[in-house]
Amino acid sequence: MTAAVALQGVSKAFGEVYAVRDLDLAIRDGEFFSLLGPSGCGKTTTLRMIAGFEFPTQGSLQIHGVELALQPPNERPVNTVFQSYALFPHMTVEENVGFGLRMKKVGGTEIAERVKKALDMVQLSHRATASPKQLSGGQQQRVALARALVNEPEVLLLDEPLGALDLKLRQAMQTELKDLQTRVGITFIYVTHDQGEALTMSDRIGVMHEGRLLQVGTPQEIYERPTSRFVAGFIGEINLLFATVVDHASVRLAGGRLVAAATGVAAGSEVTVALRPERLELYGLGEVVPATLNAVRGRVTRRVYFGDVFFYDVDTTDGVIEVKEENRPGVDLHEIGEEAVVAWDPVATTVVER
Amino acid sequence: MSGDAGSGHVAAPGGAAARPELEEAARRADSRRGLLIALPAWFYLTLFFVIPLGIVGVYSFATRSSTGRTVLSDWNFDSYRRLWDSLVVEIAVRTLLLALATTLICLVLAYPLAYFMATRRPAVRNLLLILVMIPFWSNFLVRTYAWKVLLGSDGPLSQLSQALGGEPIRLLFTNTAVIIGLVYGFLPFMVLPLYTALERMDWSLVEAARDLYADGWTAFRKVTWPLSIPGVVAGSILVFIPTLGAYVTPAILGGAKTTLAGDYIVSQFLAARNQPFGSALSMGMMLIMLAATIVYFRWFRPSGRDL
Amino acid sequence: MSVVTGVRPKSPAERLLAGNAWLVFAFFYAPIVVLVVFSFNANENVGIWTEPSLRWYREVFRDEAVMGALRNSLIVAAISTTVATILGTMAALALERFRFRGQRVYDGLLYLPIIIPEVTMAVMLLLFFAQGFQWLDSAIGWSPTFGIGTISLSHIAFNISFVTVVVRARLGQLDPRLEEAAADLYATRWQAFRRVTLPLILPGVAGGALLALTLSLDDVVITNFVAGPGSTTLPVYVFGLVRRGVTPLINAVSVIMLAASMVLVAVSFGFQRGSHGRVPNSTTEDG
Repeated sequence: MTAAVALQGVSKAFGEVYAVRDLDLAIRDGEFFSLLGPSGCGKTTTLRMIAGFEFPTQGSLQIHGVELALQPPNERPVNTVFQSYALFPHMTVEENVGFGLRMKKVGGTEIAERVKKALDMVQLSHRATASPKQLSGGQQQRVALARALVNEPEVLLLDEPLGALDLKLRQAMQTELKDLQTRVGITFIYVTHDQGEALTMSDRIGVMHEGRLLQVGTPQEIYERPTSRFVAGFIGEINLLFATVVDHASVRLAGGRLVAAATGVAAGSEVTVALRPERLELYGLGEVVPATLNAVRGRVTRRVYFGDVFFYDVDTTDGVIEVKEENRPGVDLHEIGEEAVVAWDPVATTVVER
Repeated sequence: MSGDAGSGHVAAPGGAAARPELEEAARRADSRRGLLIALPAWFYLTLFFVIPLGIVGVYSFATRSSTGRTVLSDWNFDSYRRLWDSLVVEIAVRTLLLALATTLICLVLAYPLAYFMATRRPAVRNLLLILVMIPFWSNFLVRTYAWKVLLGSDGPLSQLSQALGGEPIRLLFTNTAVIIGLVYGFLPFMVLPLYTALERMDWSLVEAARDLYADGWTAFRKVTWPLSIPGVVAGSILVFIPTLGAYVTPAILGGAKTTLAGDYIVSQFLAARNQPFGSALSMGMMLIMLAATIVYFRWFRPSGRDL
Repeated sequence: MSVVTGVRPKSPAERLLAGNAWLVFAFFYAPIVVLVVFSFNANENVGIWTEPSLRWYREVFRDEAVMGALRNSLIVAAISTTVATILGTMAALALERFRFRGQRVYDGLLYLPIIIPEVTMAVMLLLFFAQGFQWLDSAIGWSPTFGIGTISLSHIAFNISFVTVVVRARLGQLDPRLEEAAADLYATRWQAFRRVTLPLILPGVAGGALLALTLSLDDVVITNFVAGPGSTTLPVYVFGLVRRGVTPLINAVSVIMLAASMVLVAVSFGFQRGSHGRVPNSTTEDG
């Protein structure tokens, strides 16, 4: 099946500086794909190249098999929802939404019909004749959505559209957007720096850093099986410990401890062991730790209460490890200064590069 | 090759690789369009500004015939040599001093006003701003003429002073009258940049200074004044430079004793009919102004931020 | 910044500041007020007030020289404003929306008429026209004369730059995303300009046009040099009268000119109120 969007070997340089390097990416038809990364990682530049506001310095860009790398934006079957909405202030909501259709010389009655349907879809029919500055941020954003979707693009591009909204509104809009995409069935490419957003909304995520695409996968794959140190550290909380590979099934931590881990790397390589705090358990000294688990001894140096969980910092010879334990009866509390053992299932050990 | 899990690698066939040359071609087409749009104004200004300027330059090396016509041969530096005549130097110095005096007086009057305006409530601030702008926008000639009315020996000010038992005012046709007229005309040019600079200032810095035991005057000296200097510089240029070339105001309020550069140049063309000399004078004045502008910009605004 | 007003007693420094402000405003407006008041003075002797009268205003409208000069002023202003606005707007667009070689030179060129002293510009244009007429005469045997044509051409020369500055400022305030959005929605470069850019910079264009109009109507020095016999403009005519002395007729003409400028200012303020398309800052947040 042809990918909705296929980038091959795409690079973008601004003068001497490369914003995007050697990008290879295929986005599937009908999927909700997020480009995730910190500011300056190149995700927005990539989006703009798909939209046509920038041309790649190198590489090919195809939309449903059609090479479009150098086509101007008004000749591409994609539409964009901008971060600042970019609603035309001198036009009403209706006129804004119908703009693209007018440019394509669609007939008057058809425009009116399609605009009405689009506004219904975002629940703003009652504000059709308002001017953008009379609307709230959330409403403006929905107009921007309607304005893009009414053209039935092959791909919809969204550039951090929820950035300007407050938390509650943002969460509500995330659900709405996801529902909308499922209903409409169009491929969404969503740029964000908020990992929570990416994890909850996406079918797949592409993590970018310093112009390169580091990893592409489902939210689960990205979270539970990061393939690089950066991805491991960027999503969620994680412990990163230095280690050396002993063989294909074990590594030696900095303090000398041997732990079981699936490594794919040659013996002697220096690696980082990545451990999610919630996959770790804290055992008191008197308790028995199952032999199948990896175990590291240490002393509790900090305990932070978070309402539903406790965070413990455990100082070990292999480094300071953060453990997250649920706050409920059945889970023992540990005191500061206590000697304890941090234990985890070897399957939860991720090994990434140093 | 699988199209599924992992990094989504796609097989290579099809899809021409973009070459930088094609991006260049697009950029060049855009640049051609831009040039086309820029062309009319470019053409107009070349014809009616650059060429005239060139002609003045050329004329400044020409000779004046005995009948007052300009002879475009016998190229010489005579006109430029005359620039060092004592009369010319005297006029130049007088003009410079006058411009300096005007600028300083404007600064002294405008600063407290701008400070006052910047420290009012927003509603009051806007009202005051409009009140300052109104005279600024009204006809320059008329405003200068108004002073002629005021300062005349039969004028209202004179009557007032006579009524108070004093002498009639004889300010017209003196340097003082010219300065008053110039200050009046250019004061808004000083107020506005100062006001902008003060209004944009972060006043919490002043509060911080007070919090650290500085009294009002010290806080002003150490915080407000230094931060307002860009405004002072902007206002000074906006007053000093045009004042150097002032013609209308001295013509109306000044007298024969107070010839300034502007009037002197004009008289070379209308009365004395010495175009080469007048051209040399014009070039000289232009160079001085350009130099002054550059000096100001180099010394005081090396960062090149906009006003 | 918030300043407490009226709650704590005013310090001497504050009193001084307020006092100075009042003085300066008085300084600003006193001459204008005096002028207006005395224009209604029936007495021929300007300094001595007798009784209010509209006599001089009636004289103004009967004076042929004044009316002729006014007509010339309006014709020149109309021509120069129109041409300068079109050329200046195009120049602003070329500078703000395109990249081409020699752009920096172009930018500098457009600033020159603003910083050059008026006297120099007047001289330049006088010599240019005089020389030009000579050459035309020797080349094709016909030479134009100094008049409305030369005045208009001269006004356009300095007005273009002012229009460019104003329109550029307006273009700079325009959110560039809007033009991108238009392209994203299938508009060609021209369509995006006509439907999005132009309507949004119209207040700026109008502002530039008004500035050009004002400058043209006000100009004395340059017009003085390039006008011909019988083609004088109002300010030049008044300038001539003023040099000879103060008369009540001039007072009345002056007040009329003043009123006209104020009307223009009010109109330009009105235009600036309707401003769309500023770069967005914060928007209200509720659903």
